[in-house]
Amino acid sequence: MPTFGDLKLSRRDMLMGTAATLALGNAPNTASAQDAGVSGGAVALAAGTPSLAKVSFTVNGAAHDLNLDTRTTLLDALREHLHLTGSKKGCDQGQCGACTVIVEGRRIASCLSLAVMHQGDAITTIEGLGTPDNMHPMQAAFVKHDGYQCGYCTPGQICSAVAMLDEIKAGMPSHVTADLEATPQLTNAELRERMSGNICRCGAYSNIAEAITEVAGSPA
Amino acid sequence: MKFDTPATTNPIDQLKVIGKPLDRIDGRFKTTGTARYSYERHDVVPNPAYGHVLGAAIAKGRIKSFDLAAAKSAPGVLAIVTADNAGALDKGKNNTAKLLGGPEIEHYHQAIAVVVAESFEQARAAAQLIRVDYQDDGGSFDLRAGMADAKPAKVLGGPADSAVGDFATAFAAAPVQLEQMYSTPDESHAMMEPHATTAVWDGDRLTLWTSNQMIAWGVGEVAKTLKMPKENVRLVSEYIGGGFGSKLFVRTDAILAALGARAAGRPVKLTLQRALVFNNTTHRPATVQRIRIGADKDGKITAIGHESWSGDLPGGKPDGAVSQTRQLYAGANRMTATRLAVLDLPEGNAMRAPGEASGMMALEIAVDEIAEKLAMDPIEFRILNDTQVVPDNAKEASKESQTVGSASKSELPFSQRQLVQCFQTGRDRFGWAKRNPKPGEVRDGRWLVGLGVAAAFRNNQLTKSAARVRLEQDGRIVVETDMTDIGTGSYTIIAQTAAEMMGVPIDKVVVLLGDSAFPVSAGSGGQWGGNNSTAGVYAACIKLREMIAQKLGVNSAEAAFTDGEVRTGARGVALADAARDGALSAEDGIEYGDLDKKYQQSTFGAHFVEVGVDAATAEIRVRRMLAVCAAGRILNPKTARSQVIGAMTMGVGAALMEELVVDKRRGFFVNHDLAGYEVPVHGDIPHQEVVFLDETDPMSSPMKAKGIAELGICGVAAAVANAVYNATGVRVRDYPVTLDKLIDKLPAVG
Repeated sequence: MPTFGDLKLSRRDMLMGTAATLALGNAPNTASAQDAGVSGGAVALAAGTPSLAKVSFTVNGAAHDLNLDTRTTLLDALREHLHLTGSKKGCDQGQCGACTVIVEGRRIASCLSLAVMHQGDAITTIEGLGTPDNMHPMQAAFVKHDGYQCGYCTPGQICSAVAMLDEIKAGMPSHVTADLEATPQLTNAELRERMSGNICRCGAYSNIAEAITEVAGSPA
Repeated sequence: MKFDTPATTNPIDQLKVIGKPLDRIDGRFKTTGTARYSYERHDVVPNPAYGHVLGAAIAKGRIKSFDLAAAKSAPGVLAIVTADNAGALDKGKNNTAKLLGGPEIEHYHQAIAVVVAESFEQARAAAQLIRVDYQDDGGSFDLRAGMADAKPAKVLGGPADSAVGDFATAFAAAPVQLEQMYSTPDESHAMMEPHATTAVWDGDRLTLWTSNQMIAWGVGEVAKTLKMPKENVRLVSEYIGGGFGSKLFVRTDAILAALGARAAGRPVKLTLQRALVFNNTTHRPATVQRIRIGADKDGKITAIGHESWSGDLPGGKPDGAVSQTRQLYAGANRMTATRLAVLDLPEGNAMRAPGEASGMMALEIAVDEIAEKLAMDPIEFRILNDTQVVPDNAKEASKESQTVGSASKSELPFSQRQLVQCFQTGRDRFGWAKRNPKPGEVRDGRWLVGLGVAAAFRNNQLTKSAARVRLEQDGRIVVETDMTDIGTGSYTIIAQTAAEMMGVPIDKVVVLLGDSAFPVSAGSGGQWGGNNSTAGVYAACIKLREMIAQKLGVNSAEAAFTDGEVRTGARGVALADAARDGALSAEDGIEYGDLDKKYQQSTFGAHFVEVGVDAATAEIRVRRMLAVCAAGRILNPKTARSQVIGAMTMGVGAALMEELVVDKRRGFFVNHDLAGYEVPVHGDIPHQEVVFLDETDPMSSPMKAKGIAELGICGVAAAVANAVYNATGVRVRDYPVTLDKLIDKLPAVG
């Protein structure tokens, strides 16, 4: 039976250090590694009084003044404190895109951003784009083209798509833009590259691409 | 309603609403962020505490001791539940390992504690303060090493081994032979919403808002695990952020939320952390497969053998990778064998098309290979070896023998089988004639271009399903059933069914799903949800129609329900009139006779793929995809098409990137997050085309529909792999087909 003696603790210590506190409960630990992992900052943070901070920002045009645990992500501020649960938590690690919101006109992964970093910011979430009875053109196009299935990645896809079209208009290049001097066009390759941060495990990509293309081509 | 004779003409055949590519009725909620998932029930649970799960850091062994002191005294902590203080727990019938481990640990990241605190941040921080002292017993983590000791294991719906004719003699005598080994890796469902539950106790009654595909199973499993009466458990699953089989069964989130809520005396909600999902929950198990095909010089199969090895925890189940080989191609002499090794990896279980998905990945490469040996077009080979009866009816044989099927010839016909037509339609549509049968010959700039094809096959399963349908005083129709919509479109096809049956526009139908307070449905799994759940609604609507006719004093047999009226001859009465004295409610369900024993009900398809492989780097890009499907009546072409393109996408993942990497020393899946476990993204998937052949299957149900959601994944990966071979001349038999397996064998860059 293999043993684990050949794994060097120093390597694991380094991994623990870089993975920071979020990953601690999940990392491949022996008891000793776990001990090593909870040294320092995590203990102090958890054992002490949570530090609260005031932050003010607007969400979908409404001003909010919050007094939050400084560890609260923008995503959890929206979902748990403002009850705007349209923005989804798919991974809490910045890997899936379900939490995408638009901050000051730019799309960001709200799970990777602390709420207190957004003092004075204007934030738009899926709820701010449209409502069931008054949908944003992108929302309506997703319905028309069946650009979703389970719906869990959908708010992130839509927020991402709306901001992505603005990025093209603003002339921002992407990884697949051949000519950095030219104005980027919404080609198939550009659209797919720019949307690749938003995972849809149901696999609605082909339909999402059609929905976005339709919105981009419409005079609106 | 008993369905025991083939369906004749019925109100569904009007096709005024059924069969139309309608937008989803839940679409405006999903696209505006107003659909409520299980962790988001602020509307019904205003002040929940938060749970955070701690997973075991070893694969197998024992917890020697816990040090909970620091965690207990951390700010905001309300309770910590471990096996020491959880009280007596049972284990669900469908759980191989316990959902709360300790002191014994059965697999890596098995849950060992839940910390409940006032806030998410506090629960998470406190969980990190728990110290665990483990006794690590090591374990068996390597499937290939375990193959020698693997034992026969029954495949769902059949014996472990089956035999027809004399395979060994016929294979030895075959002038053209193929014998190859193939492998598929462990795969993860990786649905976008991690397992999540909000739990509320009211005395000894428990309500769980939980992300679960099978509500009635879930009620039973929660009750069994917590040792409480089923009557005291309510499950609600209004919206589900993907399942693919991962949420067929009750998992840690539901049980620990319930235990945490009981300990804290507060409602508790928790989401399984994404990094725990891969090792804590189930996965599609890896397989090693051996395929032998013997053919005569004309290309007719004379012998076909398929053996599969997979592994699971003690008491677990095998992957049914040989299943389709009993039914898909003709051949007088046949064998299948399924072996199960005991592994101490996390629990293997159902993932989209369990069995066929991994089996077709291997079989449909093998078919491509023997067709090439025969110098035959792979489509021609498949057409030549088509069969209209089940060649190895191992289900029947299993009555006579527990392990080896009898050698008697089966005469079980398929209810419908348009496999040949799928290939013929796709061949023309995809431009198959342009394929150069000699691999590695077609260039498009820097790309080596290849075309690949594979069959799609998945059985249709019948299971009873009930619903309650109510005519409201305002003329609306309300449907209640515990059916779930995991992205499949259940809300919409159920509304279409009720609208068709009651003769009202779809916007007059309200569909309420996913609540155990509603009649028990088929649930979502095994591509059985669409046909069975709508058939259950059909049955309830028939009953409601009779009640309405009686109320209005007309003969129900002569009454036509159309345009919001009940018409007999020239006389029409508004439907709502029947409810003028109060709503009318009918409850019924569909139950099945033995039509699925007299006819094999299966779904068929053909997948076509074009890939480009970078001549220098071996980077693989999927350029075109087409699926042609024959799967009974298509209830809604828009949502059915989405099921197929989604399955095609998951098939591309299986072909090119998905692999849970096993740490064979420590016994866990290393790449346990969405960055390490790669799934297809926008950039990986081209425009996808789907064609549905015209088909109704009167043997399946009054809906004449069959499953579609799993058919779509079966064969896709092999079509991709075959296309890569056609592009490069490099045959990869160990999935995923990654560039490192190609690059040193590619032709010299010219």
